[in-house]
Amino acid sequence: MSKYNFDYLDELEAEAIHILREVAGQFEKPALLFSGGKDSITLVRLAEKAFRPGKFPFPLVHIDTGHNFEETIDYRDRMVARLGERLIVGSVQQSIDEGKVVEQKGKNASRNALQTVTLLDTIEKHQFDACIGGARRDEEKARAKERIFSVRDEFGQWDPKRQRPELWNVYNGKIHKGENVRVFPISNWTELDVWNYIRRENIELPSIYFAHDRDVITRNGQLMAASPYVNMDEDDVVERKKVRFRTVGDISCTAAIESDAFLIDDIISEISQSKISERGARMDDKVSEAAMEDRKKGGYF
Amino acid sequence: MNILKFFTAGSVDDGKSTLIGRLLYDTNSILADQLEAIQNANRKNDDGTVDLAILTDGLRAEREQGITIDVAYKYFQTDKRKFIIADTPGHIQYTRNMVTGASTANLAIILVDARNGVVEQTIRHSYLVSLLGIKHVVVAVNKMDMVDYSETVFEAITQKYKALAEELKLQDVTYIPVSALKGDNIVYQSERMTWYNGESLLYFLEQVDTDIQEQSDKARMPVQWVIRPQTDELHDYRGYAGRVVSGTFKVNDQITVLPSGASSTISKIEFFDKELVEASAGQSVTIHLASDVDISRGDTIVNSSALPQESKLVEADLCWMDTKALDTSITYLLQHNSKVTKCKIAEVVYKVDINTLEKHAADEFKLNDIGRVVLKTADNLPFDFYNESKANGSAILIDSRTNLTVGATMFRALAD
Ligand SMILES: Nc1nc2c(ncn2[C@@H]2O[C@H](COP(=O)(O)OP(=O)(O)O)[C@@H](O)[C@H]2O)c(=O)[nH]1
Ligand SMILES: [Mg+2]
Repeated sequence: MSKYNFDYLDELEAEAIHILREVAGQFEKPALLFSGGKDSITLVRLAEKAFRPGKFPFPLVHIDTGHNFEETIDYRDRMVARLGERLIVGSVQQSIDEGKVVEQKGKNASRNALQTVTLLDTIEKHQFDACIGGARRDEEKARAKERIFSVRDEFGQWDPKRQRPELWNVYNGKIHKGENVRVFPISNWTELDVWNYIRRENIELPSIYFAHDRDVITRNGQLMAASPYVNMDEDDVVERKKVRFRTVGDISCTAAIESDAFLIDDIISEISQSKISERGARMDDKVSEAAMEDRKKGGYF
Repeated sequence: MNILKFFTAGSVDDGKSTLIGRLLYDTNSILADQLEAIQNANRKNDDGTVDLAILTDGLRAEREQGITIDVAYKYFQTDKRKFIIADTPGHIQYTRNMVTGASTANLAIILVDARNGVVEQTIRHSYLVSLLGIKHVVVAVNKMDMVDYSETVFEAITQKYKALAEELKLQDVTYIPVSALKGDNIVYQSERMTWYNGESLLYFLEQVDTDIQEQSDKARMPVQWVIRPQTDELHDYRGYAGRVVSGTFKVNDQITVLPSGASSTISKIEFFDKELVEASAGQSVTIHLASDVDISRGDTIVNSSALPQESKLVEADLCWMDTKALDTSITYLLQHNSKVTKCKIAEVVYKVDINTLEKHAADEFKLNDIGRVVLKTADNLPFDFYNESKANGSAILIDSRTNLTVGATMFRALAD
């Protein structure tokens, strides 16, 4: 591709746009899963590039754990207003209230695992046949194995042993009633690619990605935001530190890192030098060697 | 900076996963927490060092059995280039997964165990490489540490492979003696093989040309989506969205829409908020035409002065990928870029014994079988031959009963 001065970000971008347009063309009721994190924010920009000046051929869907950083909800609402697109919110709190899931107890309680039920209910309620997500193959070793069009059965389950072959740039989105496809347009992007793209495109991000002062506690060697959503006891010492978040998920399972990175350039150089992977800051992956594989088999993103 | 996509092939235990692990390890691409995870894993090498293969064997079943079942993608970069690696399984029963990993690659690393030399699997994998039209091949003669880093062993294997490369018409083959386990000639030049004057594997990967894979300069864009805002101020807006698969489109080019045959000229090429004067292979854009033409998803816009083949009958190579055998009596779906049409297998011309490369008549096509067939489609297909254009010369077959992708086809000749 070098012939046309086509840089690697152009190539990744063109591939992702192609995938988004395939979703539009192949499915009746697709949706874009929007978490408020940088990967789904990148997806939104790619969707603009794929479909403007037309409307998105899908709504944005946010699975809301209720344990959010205020900044991300604020960001989400401003973004939706700017885009003029439809937002659907699936509420974990509602799933709890309806008795579909039970809140975890104890120090390490998190709503992360409960999201799956809310996600599957939301898919069923709206009859979504394709859900676009911002997962990347470099995040985790089970994700490294997943196809770009990943077929899930009626229960949202991924069967890693029965993946369809995926050849060239041809994506087979044919499914039976009740099944759905998870689509990952930025599968081939790395964390650094996403940041470089955000810089190049000048995309605004929620402020928690940048260094700020925050009350934190240390839990299992990681910094967690001191918040009503994190179960604390008398052993926990609250300290004020300069931190930022590398990924944005449920407050109760997203760890902060100490950082002075105020600007995108600082973040890019911090990541380039970092010795810890992005998911290293996710408590949910620490449970076992196959934590992600097991969650995906159960219907997780 | 650009991207090189490559995959590894070889028999089970030749060291594919270890080689990828070594590349990542020696380029400092493994982060501390990932390294900690593999250090804590139960699987270790005999001498107690960490088993780098665990980095790519990401599924529980793979770690349990110590084999690779499905393609794993890994990413790393150096100052020179970004790399996307597909670690593909070597077992014959996972050939379809290997074809998946190979279909998007521009380079193949074929591992040969120095103790065993060129074996049946080497032939099979090399055949797949030639079938899929992968431009560059590196033959990595691995486990040199187990043959005392012997030049004679390396030379003998090289000679043997050269004959195979010639038979398969592989254009660009490079031979490198390595030890993935010890790290010789992977990232660093080995001091234990001073007789070898070539480059380390990484150095080679950083230099090899990644110029666009498509040989064809004929402009083609399959239409994926029609953008019609239908608002008051954009009432007449009609943009044809797609990715250019080969060649270059310019504003004012005369184009033809297939299969209808309608023609028009390009009035505007857009990319989001920019207007472009041209769009080339690889770019996702939106094309506007000067006149009203009926176009929808599945149509292909081509340059009128370089029309593609158009036929309902085409001779193609077929890799069968389903556990259910090919059934010539039923109708499949053929997906060619954004177009889906009904398709039958009109004839099985021959099947290839991929271990010996012999062709023979056959009436059965089972999982992982490869051979030549005649496809008969319901609609005219605007295609190019695979050797000219991978994107416009290939398609997948779908079984509409199961919706599974059951075959990969590469168009080779017109059939009559
Ligand atoms: N002595 C030696 N052993 C190797 C070398 N490369 C790989 N191995 C070993 O060969 C076995 C199979 O390696 P693996 O990477 O899993 O092979 P794969 O099946 O091709 O992915 C493992 O025990 C490796 O440690 C090498 O260069 N030298
Ligand atoms: Mg392996």
